[in-house]
Amino acid sequence: MSATSTGDDLRAAALAVAPALLAVDPKALGGVLLKGPAGPVRDRFIATLTAALPAGSPVLPVPCHVGPGRLIGEIDTTATLAAGRLIHDPGLFVRAGRGLLVLRSAERLEPSAAALVALALDEPGEGFGIVACDESLADEDGPARCLAERLALHLDLTGLDESAIPATDPAVVAAARDRLARVTIADAAVVRLAAAASALGVRSDRALLHCVRAARILAALARRATVSDADAETAAILVLAPRATRLPQAAADPAEAEDPPPPPPESEADNQSDPPPGDPAAAEDRVLDATVAALPPDLLAALAAGKPPARGRSPAGRSRDTGAASARGRQIGTRAGDPRRGRLDLLASVRSAVPWQRLRGAPPSGARLSLRPPDLRLKRLKNRKGATTIFCVDASGSTALERLAEAKGAVEQILADCYVRRDEVALVAFRGQEATLIVPPTRSLQRARACLQALPGGGGTPLAEGIAAACRLGVDTARRGRTPTLVLITDGRPNIGFGGIAGRDRAAEDATTAAREVAAHHLRALVIDSSARPEPRARALADTMGALYLALPHADSASLHRAVQAGSAALAAGVKP
Amino acid sequence: MAEPFPFTAIVGQSEMKQALLVAAVDPRIGGVLITGDRGTGKSTAVRGLAAILPPLRVVADCPYRCGPGDSPECCPHCSSAATRTLGTGPVPVVDLPLGATEDRVVGALDIEEALVHGRKRFEPGLLARANRGFLYVDEVNLLEDHLVDLLLDVAASGENIVEREGLSVRHPARFVLIGSGNPEEGELRPQLLDRFGLSVEVTSPDDIDLRVEAVKRRESFDRDANAFHATWAREQQRLARRIAAARKRLDAIEVTDMMRRAIAGLCIKLGTDGLRGELTLIRAARALAALEGDTAIAANHLRQAAPLALRHRLRRNPMDEAGSRIRVERALAEAWAA
Repeated sequence: MSATSTGDDLRAAALAVAPALLAVDPKALGGVLLKGPAGPVRDRFIATLTAALPAGSPVLPVPCHVGPGRLIGEIDTTATLAAGRLIHDPGLFVRAGRGLLVLRSAERLEPSAAALVALALDEPGEGFGIVACDESLADEDGPARCLAERLALHLDLTGLDESAIPATDPAVVAAARDRLARVTIADAAVVRLAAAASALGVRSDRALLHCVRAARILAALARRATVSDADAETAAILVLAPRATRLPQAAADPAEAEDPPPPPPESEADNQSDPPPGDPAAAEDRVLDATVAALPPDLLAALAAGKPPARGRSPAGRSRDTGAASARGRQIGTRAGDPRRGRLDLLASVRSAVPWQRLRGAPPSGARLSLRPPDLRLKRLKNRKGATTIFCVDASGSTALERLAEAKGAVEQILADCYVRRDEVALVAFRGQEATLIVPPTRSLQRARACLQALPGGGGTPLAEGIAAACRLGVDTARRGRTPTLVLITDGRPNIGFGGIAGRDRAAEDATTAAREVAAHHLRALVIDSSARPEPRARALADTMGALYLALPHADSASLHRAVQAGSAALAAGVKP
Repeated sequence: MAEPFPFTAIVGQSEMKQALLVAAVDPRIGGVLITGDRGTGKSTAVRGLAAILPPLRVVADCPYRCGPGDSPECCPHCSSAATRTLGTGPVPVVDLPLGATEDRVVGALDIEEALVHGRKRFEPGLLARANRGFLYVDEVNLLEDHLVDLLLDVAASGENIVEREGLSVRHPARFVLIGSGNPEEGELRPQLLDRFGLSVEVTSPDDIDLRVEAVKRRESFDRDANAFHATWAREQQRLARRIAAARKRLDAIEVTDMMRRAIAGLCIKLGTDGLRGELTLIRAARALAALEGDTAIAANHLRQAAPLALRHRLRRNPMDEAGSRIRVERALAEAWAA
């Protein structure tokens, strides 16, 4: 497939120049987000970048649990006490100077630290750049959006080897640094980049600005006085492509969304290979076409299926987990408080008492330290957020009984994974006139089995009640600090509305109302169409719900299980229908 | 510290700029909530505000920026000072970063004094620095609950009371709260939402010429900030004069009974809870009239102010797919037709 291979080539060429690009002026570009596991490619990227910086530039690693004081500076208590005079630790922002801060596991950086880094990047004038390493897996949250937004380059190093990053000549970079202020960009080039940004749905003006800066730096690296079309293209591939939220009108064909994502239209590669020179309209298309051709494959697939991805920390339930104080988990800081209502942090308590010792005078006989109640500090802990998969299963007569059995099988298989993934599963079944919570959220396989034994089948299809019950459960689950995913298995043919009122039209209308409720709560949802042929009404329901839609006409429990896993992973990665 | 990007040089986003100006003319309006995409100039606009506001008359060296009108007992500095000399200072615009510690926000024991000199002294926090100015919280919807509680309390009373670590301090903390965020990433607590007088939604312009202009201005600002400031100096001064004049004129703006009735009718029609919506709408319309040099609130002021003041106060209805702005405009049209 020529389009893909060209896209790979374009991306590879852009990646090869990225370290030099960033080394010319890290502050102007904010920095780079490196996605992928720790490994030789990432090390090579950082080493190449470091080598290209001016000699002696600091490159400081920052651990993910870094506190605000370490970043913006604080009083060094130990040194001050030892020396008897005040000793300030200037903090990493000052020490980084005009070099780099390398955030290891940027996705696990505390929100407070991420916000401070974002603030520092907004500061006008000279400063440092950021290398943010994102090791998040597909179903995990990425780095804070406020941070990712401010880093011009987003590179995916997954699956690459060291040869992807060629060596960079520091002399070329230094020369480009001197030349940069004199490099100009024609208005027409800015217009082309802006048009490409708009066509790809890149709404941030900051991204566009970064793209223009990157184009100028690329021209400086190539010893050009003015930004060329090739510079603009490479800049767009590096800055705009990873941020795309839609395909340009001409390239996108939403009607094809029925099947798995179609391959990228091949015509693009042909277009951009041979543009008529000097034609501004063609040049505009060229920047756009090159960017589209270089879209990362997974992003392209999602966009082609009409699913703009949401990057960074995912929306669902996010507001709660930044502040959630829990009784167990990883420590995220300390707070003053009563030790009867939490876990005492002894070290922090002693530290908070230390400044007071001279004021308080001699401690009671025998004691070394005068510790008073206001000194006591409690640990603030944060629990890893688990996922809860809520099955909403049609148990009516219209769904053949064996489907019910397959759904039961899939629930059992997912529960079997739970022990590792800390997921919970719940099951709501609807039949006759009402929806019943058959399996309340649980991680226990045995309990779920026992509940499922009692699941009867047959009767009418009260879809609306089923969706509403699953939605209520989903909202409750989110409130408990977990991430719910709704999995609705139905043939999309309800005949009972709210309150057990029979009638197909009324039932369909009520189901739509319930589906809107799901969308209003931003719940992740997956609709699995179990009818023999894909049912348009099930698809419409999924759209209303804001859910992913999958048609699985002859699903057995294994394929259902795989579909749910893939669907939840896609939802967690922020793929939106 | 380098001068921020000039407010007047921000391309487009007229509704956001208007809301900020309204809040600057009448700080009692109680804050502005800005929702929308990232990279649309929200932070730039807020940080550019200070330069176009008339400087404050302040007590020299007072860390709380007490004014000549404040009583001498109002803050720890002024109550202990023997004499108070007056000076001027810029309006503070303070960033409250997400995840800031309580210590940094409300203030805490001055560790330096305690460690080195064994003296107990209060080190003012961000709330003190924001007094008589603006407190900007980016991603306010992700702010931790205990900080939200704190902000609500201080915003309601205009005073920061610190009782901790053996310190007992109270000082004035009256500020205009500016919050920004993307509601899709987390809901705002209703109490906090209600605190914001005005709300605006920003989107990046779809017009390519505007985007190009925005980028070009930013580029030339980065290249030579001083020259850029010189280019925009006249525009900045004109706006500064307009704000100063509007503040003087504010109390003289007339609100007819008919207008009050129209505003009440509008709020009833939209089902906004409580009186706060009505009061804010009157204030916002009044500030707009003052900004535009008028002597009374007219229909066009109301039409501009109503979406700002009421949009976030509508009862939520997940079944109504129309945006809240459209609902406000629909009600406005109906109110005028009647």
